[in-house]
Amino acid sequence: MTDTASQRYIPNRLHSRAHRTIRSWEALLLAVAIAIFIVNSFASPYFLNAWNLSDATFNFTEKAMIAFAMAMLIIAGEIDLSVASIIALASTAMGLALQYGAGTPELVVIGLTVGLLCGAFNAVFVTVLGLPSIVVTIGTMSLFRGISYIILGDDAFRGYPASFSWFGQGYIYWVFTVEMLLFVIIAVVYGVVLHKTNFGRAVYAIGNNPTGALFSGIRVQRVKFILFLLTGLMSGVAAVCLTSRLGSTRPSIATGMELEVVTMVVLGGVNILGGSGSIPGVVIAAFVMGLVTFGLGLLNVPGIVMSIFIGLLLIGVIALPRLWTMAVRRRKA
Amino acid sequence: MTQRPALANVPVVSLDEITKTFPGVKALDQVKLDLYPGQVTALVGENGAGKSTTVKILTGIYQPNGGTIRINGEPVTLNTPDDASAAGITAIHQETVLFDELSVAENIYIGHAPRTRWGLIDRAEMHRAARLLLDEIGAPLSTSAQLRDLGIASKHLVAIARALSVDARVVIMDEPTAALSHKEIEELYELVEKLKSQGKAILFISHKFDEIFRIADRYTVFRDGAFVGDGRIADIDEDGLVKMMVGRSVDHIFPERDPVVGEDVLQVVGYEHPTEFADIGFTLKRGEILGFYGLVGAGRSEFMQSLFGITKPSKGVTKINGKIRIIRSPADAVGNGIVYVPEDRGKQGAVIGLPIFQNITLPSLGRTSRSGFLQLAEEFKLARQYAERLDLRAASLDQDVGNLSGGNQQKVVIAKWLATQPQVIILDEPTKGIDIGSKAAVHEFMVELASQGLSVIMVSSEIPEVIGMSDRVIVMRDGRIAAEVSGDDLTPETLVRHAAGITAAPQPQEA
Repeated sequence: MTDTASQRYIPNRLHSRAHRTIRSWEALLLAVAIAIFIVNSFASPYFLNAWNLSDATFNFTEKAMIAFAMAMLIIAGEIDLSVASIIALASTAMGLALQYGAGTPELVVIGLTVGLLCGAFNAVFVTVLGLPSIVVTIGTMSLFRGISYIILGDDAFRGYPASFSWFGQGYIYWVFTVEMLLFVIIAVVYGVVLHKTNFGRAVYAIGNNPTGALFSGIRVQRVKFILFLLTGLMSGVAAVCLTSRLGSTRPSIATGMELEVVTMVVLGGVNILGGSGSIPGVVIAAFVMGLVTFGLGLLNVPGIVMSIFIGLLLIGVIALPRLWTMAVRRRKA
Repeated sequence: MTQRPALANVPVVSLDEITKTFPGVKALDQVKLDLYPGQVTALVGENGAGKSTTVKILTGIYQPNGGTIRINGEPVTLNTPDDASAAGITAIHQETVLFDELSVAENIYIGHAPRTRWGLIDRAEMHRAARLLLDEIGAPLSTSAQLRDLGIASKHLVAIARALSVDARVVIMDEPTAALSHKEIEELYELVEKLKSQGKAILFISHKFDEIFRIADRYTVFRDGAFVGDGRIADIDEDGLVKMMVGRSVDHIFPERDPVVGEDVLQVVGYEHPTEFADIGFTLKRGEILGFYGLVGAGRSEFMQSLFGITKPSKGVTKINGKIRIIRSPADAVGNGIVYVPEDRGKQGAVIGLPIFQNITLPSLGRTSRSGFLQLAEEFKLARQYAERLDLRAASLDQDVGNLSGGNQQKVVIAKWLATQPQVIILDEPTKGIDIGSKAAVHEFMVELASQGLSVIMVSSEIPEVIGMSDRVIVMRDGRIAAEVSGDDLTPETLVRHAAGITAAPQPQEA
């Protein structure tokens, strides 16, 4: 053991930071984003307009807030498909409180609290009872929205106070919206939590090998519980923004948004099976999806065709690296 | 016992100089094995002697790298399990592979069910044939009963019927009594007699000496993948067999050790689990290496995992440095200075997918970080310190542990725990499946750790390792402590006797 002559020096890393960055998924995705930006600016004369671009951010800011929490959850090997239904329930709760005279601060607190409670509900079934999260959250997806339908029926809650509209319609400075600011803050917070803290490291460890993480002394169920709470909380935040932007609550609010959130996460390079992915990747994926939707909108492409496009984009971007390695292997062979 | 047919002296199946190598390991080295019609041959050997590999070669799951398989004297190749069953070789495994959702008859005939002329399964014929088979082995089962409604013993009967349905000449029984009750075992013996009288050759694998002497006609002993000897059971006694199993040349020098044992570090009192173990109690001293020996399934790993907080014991107290500590999770165990290096490195030990340095620092993040924020420089420093101490061979500390060899993965797992500065380290089969070089490194390291005041618990099924490394050995059998052995009593024979439950005192043997 003290044979120092045979002891070989092990470097910390083989590749420099620049090398790793250039070869990363995020770099590829950024190139795609820039390409779409350039194509869009040629395709439509209205694209390169600060106010139009500002409006376009609404296509992704609310989804992205949830996507950051969802990214951590998926990296840890779980998923929450009830997020859009949590928005519906949180929004309905806010609308209900409005009927009893709640003001803006109360509305925000109620929206966030309902989000947290829904997250806790999912978390109990997954971490305490040990049920698979995909099944639990498909169940709560129907449950949460079902409650909204029971309360509202075909009705809608309207008449939110003027100060409440600040979240979804307000501007901080010039073309920069309140939602953009929230998006940036949340992105930075999640980026730091996932990439710079012990908690984030535990998330990766659990996603790569939950048994190994448990055997390494990580409190796996506790970490997962917190992740579900965070996803619920972010759905609450998105509920506040969306309700504020629309100015009304209908039970069909945010229908289908969970799939767009998951798409954003996967497009951002998060492995759907868990274990890898990054917040910067999800940020770029949010921009890519926003740009594509906005560009197609300017070209008057109908919504159905847009979803076809998003679907193709997802499959295409995911297949690209696989096709690339296959091509390289074939050339070598 | 009874007179044999005249052809009984010609083996129906024989393995001749069969060799099987896996990357880095020679599982079988020119072994021979003969199976005679109408006779039961017991294949005897320690864990890792090559018994399972032999079964897999006979049933066409593995292909040997060298040697000849002969059936009735003709050389054959068994490329697939289908080839083996076409050759009349069939196996009843430790965990019988059957289908819970199907009926008894379907289980018996799956894969070779009788067909109608339209190519569909002839159900009537299948049930009729299944009935005949079940009657033949005296199994009072309905052919249309669903398998999941049956008990283990009945499932075994179905497995045997299935084995016979292919008109087997050779029946392999791999620890068939492991899960059976006393009465069921008696019934199994009767069945074995019946199969013998039908002229079938039976390969019987068991660790239990009483049943080997009860039903076997012949024996073959393997040790470390090599053939040691064979003969008639009538010509040998238990001691002779034990000697053949364990009496090896010392092929591996264990490090010299001068144990300096200190005060009690860990006291375990009355640990109990509803199904896995009962009444486990012992004391571990500072700087001691305590070995745990036993057969596979004796409950050693289950107990260790309970001590580490993975499974909850139903009863039991853990005292560390004289104070009672409650350990409900691995995090609690690590916090109390108890760490566990599991046998299953890939699944439980290393977090494959994370780089080496992150694996090493995973339980120590509290020390390398500042108020919850990672400090990569500190992590690399700690990882480097322990990687170098264990002489890890890797391209970089940023490399995925999944790309390391088994021995180096084991070093990463040990490094991970040493970095937490534990008081007690539990090593579960620490050198299983790793190369000789890493093995020696792990052994040397254990001695070094103990001399620095760490207490080591080593679970091992390798007798030389247990004897070479331990100051004291606890032998477990059927979830209980069967014996505690140390000093001059620490011999291969005593360990095997206690582990197998042979109570009779060894006869003085002339050498």
